[in-house]
Amino acid sequence: MAKHTRQRANVLQGTLDMLILRTLLYGPAHGHEIGKHIQRTTNDFLQMQHGSLYPALHRLERRGWVTSKWGMAPDRNREFKYYRLTEKGRKQLVVEESQWKQMAEAVGRIMWPAAEES
Amino acid sequence: MRWWQIRKRDADVERELQSDLELEEEEQREHGMPPEEARHAALRSFGNRTLISEQTRAVWSWNGLESLLRDLRISVRTLFRSPGFSIIAVLVMALCIGATTSLFTVVRSVLLGPLPFRDPDQLVMVYEHFRDPSANAQQFNYNPVAPADYYDWRTQTHGFEDMAAWRYWQFALTGERGELPELVSARAGTWNLFPLLGVNAVIGRTFTESEDRPDGSAVMLTWNLFARRFGGDPSIVGRQIHLDGKPYTVVGVLPKWFTYPDAKVQAWVPYASGLPPEILRHHDYHFSRVVARLRPDVSLAKALSQVEAVQNGLHLQNRNAPVAEDVVPRTLSDDLAQNVKKPLTVLLCAVGCMLLIGCLNVANLLVARSAARQREIAIRSALGARKMTLIREQLVESLLVSLAGGVTGALLSLAATDWLVRTWTNLPSARSIHADGTVLAFACVLVFATALLAGLLPAISSTGRGTIAALQASSRSAAGSQSRTALRKTLLTVEIATTVVLLIAAGLLLKSFWRLRTTDVGCATDNVLTMDYSLPAKKYDSPEKMNAFNETLLEQVRAMPGVRAAALGSIVPGAGAGEDDIFAIPEHPPIAPGTPLPDALYRTADPGYFSALHVPLLKGRFFTSQDRAGRPKTVIISRLLAQQYFPGENPVGKHLHVVPYGNADYEIVGVVADTLYQVGQPARATMYFPVLNGDNGMGLTLAVRGATDPLSFSVPIQKKIAGLDPELPVSDVLTMQQIIERSLGNASLSASLVLGFAVLSLILASVGLYGVLSYLTTQRTGEIGVRMTLGAQSEEILRLMLGDGLRPALYGLTIGLVASIWAVRVIQSMLYGTGPLDPAIFASVAASMLVVAALACLVPAWRASRIDPMQALRTE
Repeated sequence: MAKHTRQRANVLQGTLDMLILRTLLYGPAHGHEIGKHIQRTTNDFLQMQHGSLYPALHRLERRGWVTSKWGMAPDRNREFKYYRLTEKGRKQLVVEESQWKQMAEAVGRIMWPAAEES
Repeated sequence: MRWWQIRKRDADVERELQSDLELEEEEQREHGMPPEEARHAALRSFGNRTLISEQTRAVWSWNGLESLLRDLRISVRTLFRSPGFSIIAVLVMALCIGATTSLFTVVRSVLLGPLPFRDPDQLVMVYEHFRDPSANAQQFNYNPVAPADYYDWRTQTHGFEDMAAWRYWQFALTGERGELPELVSARAGTWNLFPLLGVNAVIGRTFTESEDRPDGSAVMLTWNLFARRFGGDPSIVGRQIHLDGKPYTVVGVLPKWFTYPDAKVQAWVPYASGLPPEILRHHDYHFSRVVARLRPDVSLAKALSQVEAVQNGLHLQNRNAPVAEDVVPRTLSDDLAQNVKKPLTVLLCAVGCMLLIGCLNVANLLVARSAARQREIAIRSALGARKMTLIREQLVESLLVSLAGGVTGALLSLAATDWLVRTWTNLPSARSIHADGTVLAFACVLVFATALLAGLLPAISSTGRGTIAALQASSRSAAGSQSRTALRKTLLTVEIATTVVLLIAAGLLLKSFWRLRTTDVGCATDNVLTMDYSLPAKKYDSPEKMNAFNETLLEQVRAMPGVRAAALGSIVPGAGAGEDDIFAIPEHPPIAPGTPLPDALYRTADPGYFSALHVPLLKGRFFTSQDRAGRPKTVIISRLLAQQYFPGENPVGKHLHVVPYGNADYEIVGVVADTLYQVGQPARATMYFPVLNGDNGMGLTLAVRGATDPLSFSVPIQKKIAGLDPELPVSDVLTMQQIIERSLGNASLSASLVLGFAVLSLILASVGLYGVLSYLTTQRTGEIGVRMTLGAQSEEILRLMLGDGLRPALYGLTIGLVASIWAVRVIQSMLYGTGPLDPAIFASVAASMLVVAALACLVPAWRASRIDPMQALRTE
């Protein structure tokens, strides 16, 4: 792991659900893909802990925001559990997105008040 | 998600993780890693797979139940592994929970439950209240109401929706078809009483206003009499029955649940029925209870102030008569529970203390067990068991113990409640006492509360310390669980303190009971049999007829073999206050207007009464057979009356002017010693009139003193009475001892119950003490071995261990003694003949506590001092 010299962060508490939902917007994916996607998109800045990922996926499924189905991977000759965004999940994503925006703005106003003035 | 899908879900999670893990491995291989290394890298990046799958499964709610099932399984196994502990813990819990539930059942029904009447909260009793402090000292503060007062209250005030009155009565119910005569406890209630309470007749109707007159002859049967004597035949309504030889028409039957004011009442007649009209106009014949219903728009204080104004006016109009200045209310509920409220509260406190001790004891046992299991717990938490899981497991264990105890206890309590209700004779029965949903809920809450208390303490203590510390500690048990031992000692201190409080309360109650039991009522109580009868006024309408019956009976009874003496009077000492009347002394200057006339207890006595009952004559003479109707009127007074009203003079030859019986002067012919009208109450001034005056045939008591067991006279005497008048019922066939015990029955019951709880607590505490010290000894075996190897003598070890065990006992004792000083105030009013801070009780409780504690400590301490050092060092 020594090749990673950059600082890394764990996914912020409460945002994991949003990130997963957003990832699934591109289409159905299995757990490994979702984790890898988040990690890769942020240039490995966000580290996906498996210990949080799988409980989160199941939590989303339980709330009805995603559904799951075993399916054959197109490039590999084996089955994976694919998660798909539901209509309810899409709505939830909008909600969480706007909440996150508000949150980020609010934090920004406190942290960089000068930027706000200019 | 259904439970049957749990397995499927588990497999699904496993499969998902497995497939993703394999993918990771494949990817690593594709990056050019050797297969073996790729697998390790994949596993590394995955983390703790078991934990992940567990946490993932935890998302699905049934996981909670699953782990509960697992905890349950583990707990059951652990409990079965040490059956001794389990049985003791369950028994302790069963006793504590059972006793608490029983008392709660009684308390709830008697003190808390609503009365079965319409809007019971709106019902109050109204009593007369004398301002005179001496009257208050003699418990006159809730004085029964005179009929004329009641009528004036009802007609002249409008603050209450309505006011009703009832009075005590009893009848001889004679058979229609030759059934045995029976003395029937009855009440006479105003016609509006039942509408006011909101009670309807189940058959027929209640009284009408026109029936509530002196010549009224309607009667209502309670369900008991209706079912028992009349076979539950509804056609009895409208027919006539004979009470005291007079025909009464049955107008209705009361519901089965109606047992107000108590369950012994068999019949109701209208209030005025059978009373001489002039008595209804009296303001100083206090024999009625008044029930009032509040109007929703008028406050109690306001309604009461109107009644008070009327009463004060009456007082001013009757300055010399005992007419109260004030009125005082009491809720109907309190009124019914007045005699039992205090003992019940004390018992509930006692049983609560016992429950606390039981909990502490089980907690103590659990702490000991968790101490023995500390290594297991440490290893488990090192392997990743969460603290909550461990606490939960311990809680489930104590919950199981409490649950098993609770179920056993609930069964116990059913039997115990039944026994308590049967034994506790003066429990008000207007509400039926039985277990129901609320009691069940209470028992459940109790079970969970005890489980929490007993389980949480040890659970937190055993999981609170760092894993490493616990693992290290378990390798050197000598230095081990200091904090845990401290916790156990604290629990023990609380236990002992509570036990001391209980023991002192029990000691004081027992001493009062013993004092009451050994009180000299002032007359013969051994081998004396009493029985009551009343000569109905219709049949015995002249003094001659009464005297003929009474004298013939006395003569026949005195002639019976084995009978030493017989007495006939209105009442015997110890059997209650009975009637009291006011008097004036003609030889003395008239009493200043505005001061009430003195009053004294009214008794009748036959010529042989005093000698038969061994009441000594102090001055003058006893009655003779010449003191009878038509002869000069005579009276005998008690020592107290002479002392209070004839200080420094000879009362013999003076007169008492008494209003009720002929409004005449009675010459005092003798002074007799005081007797107590009730055990536990101070003696009162008493005047005795000749029973042969024949002016009252009601409520006579025949007392027979024999050479041996007097109960053997019971049947022959009743046969003699039946021979003289087959329609005359005899009631309350009791020995003098029984009369006195009956008045003490509940004092002895509450004293022995509290003592029972205290002794149980003492046993629990000493078991706890023994357990702690045994545990300590085992813990310190190594240390003791080292000490002995270094030259410590076995006496020193003994002293060391004894001191260790006795210290919490001493702390507990001190705290308990201090707490008792405060706690005994609660029971002060239940005490008789002993102060609340009785030094003898305090000292003996302290001493017995110390002895028990020392004994409990001695065995383990002795064992410790006998340890073979070689053996001890090897056990390390």
